[in-house]
Amino acid sequence: MAAMTFETRQRLLISLRISLMILISAIFIFPIVFMIVSSLKPDLQLLRDSGSLLAFVPYGDISLNNYADAFERVPMAQFALNSIFTTAASVAASLLLNSLAAFSFAFLKWRGKALVLSLIIATFIVPFEVIAIPLLLVVNSLPWLGAGGIEIGWLNTYHVQIIPFIADSLGIFLFYQYFRDLPDELVEAARIDGANIWQIYARIIMPISGPILATVAILKFLGMWNAYIWPLMTIRSEELRPIMVGLQYFFQLNTAWGEIMAYLSIVTIPVLIFYLALQRAFIESIATSGIKG
Amino acid sequence: MQRIYLLLLLVMLLLPASLASAQTELSLWYHGAGNETERSILIGIIDDFNASQSDYTVLLEEFPQESYNSSIVAAAAAGDLPDIIDVDGPVMPGWAWAGWMSPLNLSEGALDDFLPGAIGEWNGEVYSVGLWDAAVSIYARRSVLEANDIRIPTLEEPWTGEEFDAILETLQATGEFEYAFDPGMAWTGEWYPYAFSPFLQSFGGDMIDRSTYLTAEGALNGDAGLAFGNWWQSLFERGLAPGTSQDGADRETGFIDGKYALQWNGNWAGINTLDAVGDDLLFLPAPDFGSGSTIGAASWQFGISSSSMHKDGASAFIEFAIQDEYLAAFSDGIGLIPATAGSAAMSQHYSDGGALEVYFELSNQQALVRPVTPGYATLALIFEKALADISNGADVQDTLDAAVDEIDADIEDNMGYGFEM
Repeated sequence: MAAMTFETRQRLLISLRISLMILISAIFIFPIVFMIVSSLKPDLQLLRDSGSLLAFVPYGDISLNNYADAFERVPMAQFALNSIFTTAASVAASLLLNSLAAFSFAFLKWRGKALVLSLIIATFIVPFEVIAIPLLLVVNSLPWLGAGGIEIGWLNTYHVQIIPFIADSLGIFLFYQYFRDLPDELVEAARIDGANIWQIYARIIMPISGPILATVAILKFLGMWNAYIWPLMTIRSEELRPIMVGLQYFFQLNTAWGEIMAYLSIVTIPVLIFYLALQRAFIESIATSGIKG
Repeated sequence: MQRIYLLLLLVMLLLPASLASAQTELSLWYHGAGNETERSILIGIIDDFNASQSDYTVLLEEFPQESYNSSIVAAAAAGDLPDIIDVDGPVMPGWAWAGWMSPLNLSEGALDDFLPGAIGEWNGEVYSVGLWDAAVSIYARRSVLEANDIRIPTLEEPWTGEEFDAILETLQATGEFEYAFDPGMAWTGEWYPYAFSPFLQSFGGDMIDRSTYLTAEGALNGDAGLAFGNWWQSLFERGLAPGTSQDGADRETGFIDGKYALQWNGNWAGINTLDAVGDDLLFLPAPDFGSGSTIGAASWQFGISSSSMHKDGASAFIEFAIQDEYLAAFSDGIGLIPATAGSAAMSQHYSDGGALEVYFELSNQQALVRPVTPGYATLALIFEKALADISNGADVQDTLDAAVDEIDADIEDNMGYGFEM
């Protein structure tokens, strides 16, 4: 057998690499294709096709009926608005607060800094489920200045879905790790020029922190958009529920699978848009810091 | 004089407002969010109740069924339970024992006509009442049974255990079906104790010793339990039934598509299956393995929270809601079994000649509520795991013994769950 030329070997390697990439992409894309295709089929056809490759083929009795029915079953617009509001508020507040905290750890000198940072990092290992009940009891006894004066208890409000999640140990850690790698000369030069710490934060550090802002924003966005357990525990009124709780509306005695797929297709769109918008900065952040989302 | 008229006018204008504000608000939490039919019927009842008297106004908050219990547990932890609670029958003793619920205060005879499964009793008192019940039967095709010379069983003369087993062998041997019997192994969770413990009870065993509720010893792992376990395991060993790896889609469509000859399924799937299969469809009673035909009972029910400041009003609403016309409306809307004979007669599916008529008598004559103990939630999980293990080939006696040990340990850890030790 004649030896392969260098060029042939290269072509083969490239073909193999492309095939592998296509295969890996397919693994990630197929569930989304399945979701969208299934959202167009009636339940019986959806269930019959689910065991074969037909599950990925839009054929037969295709329609948008599931979408219409999903909108009828769930106040989707209200839920989506609630999620957009709580997510946007949490992401914005989280970026500000966590970056400020990390700035303090990275650039300011104060006693006990290392201990506090260690304690914050230690909270990584505590799952939310562990603190859920204590947190519920805490927020239920906190005051809030509402329209009727001071009220005790935050249950069944927007702010109970936002405030407990603004301070985020992962966000602080990610900002800290990024800030720590910035050259000290940047801050020193600003100090020599007479800038105070707020000016250094706002005019020197934040403008060059695009990648880490994008990373923290995406991670916080995903966490808040997918919020489920906490709203279940704290929200009673339908008008305040976020979008993920709405998914449970479809699990009746006879589960409406087609409507579930339609609902999920709609719910996934904002996540994809948000990720695509920040994709470049997110990848840059991963490439430069080794952070994985 | 003009001033007096003005004063009177002012009083007349303010009076309705003051009367309206005198109405006490009762909060009601319900598990049916996302079910538009159920919602509209319930809202109709609430509107009727609110209009029928001037003391109370019921306000509805809806939750999705899958997460409803979590919301109640969180509300109980926060001391924020509503006045009227919607509760799943077997869960009620746990909530009552935890001090979250109070007994109902209904008029004498208000529940006389009710199916036994629709009445939630704990510690000798009624804590909850259901507007409907659910029942399970064997789905079969008349044409298949007749083609194989199989007797069609009746409520009075169900298949015996041996007869049922032989029928499964016969149907499997035809080669026309992937499996002769679909018990529904894909429906994990509450389906296992609800649907499969009646087989155990028909063998003469039970999930727990109901005379004391302090042990499962002898009830679950005695001779009857062992006989049930061996039969259960043989269903899968002989290839008569799909095991725990059953595809959920097959569970939904397998009988309709002809993959399964017989299916163990609830009345809630009856109308859809009738639409697909037509008049050939039969709903048959559970087989009798020696101690009678038995099916599960108790569905969602209304109760009152112990923290309610208006228990009389809450009881008044529940008594209002259990009128026959509302029970029939729910049955027509969502297909479940109306809780009284009177409402069954008014209903579309359960009246004489109705497509699901047989289910009312099944529920009336064969229903046995799941163990009435606060420990039911744990008991159900242990039972589910044991049945899954046995179906996957685990040693029957060892598995049942281990389940008994686990159940007894849980009862001991919880100091008997309120039963005298």
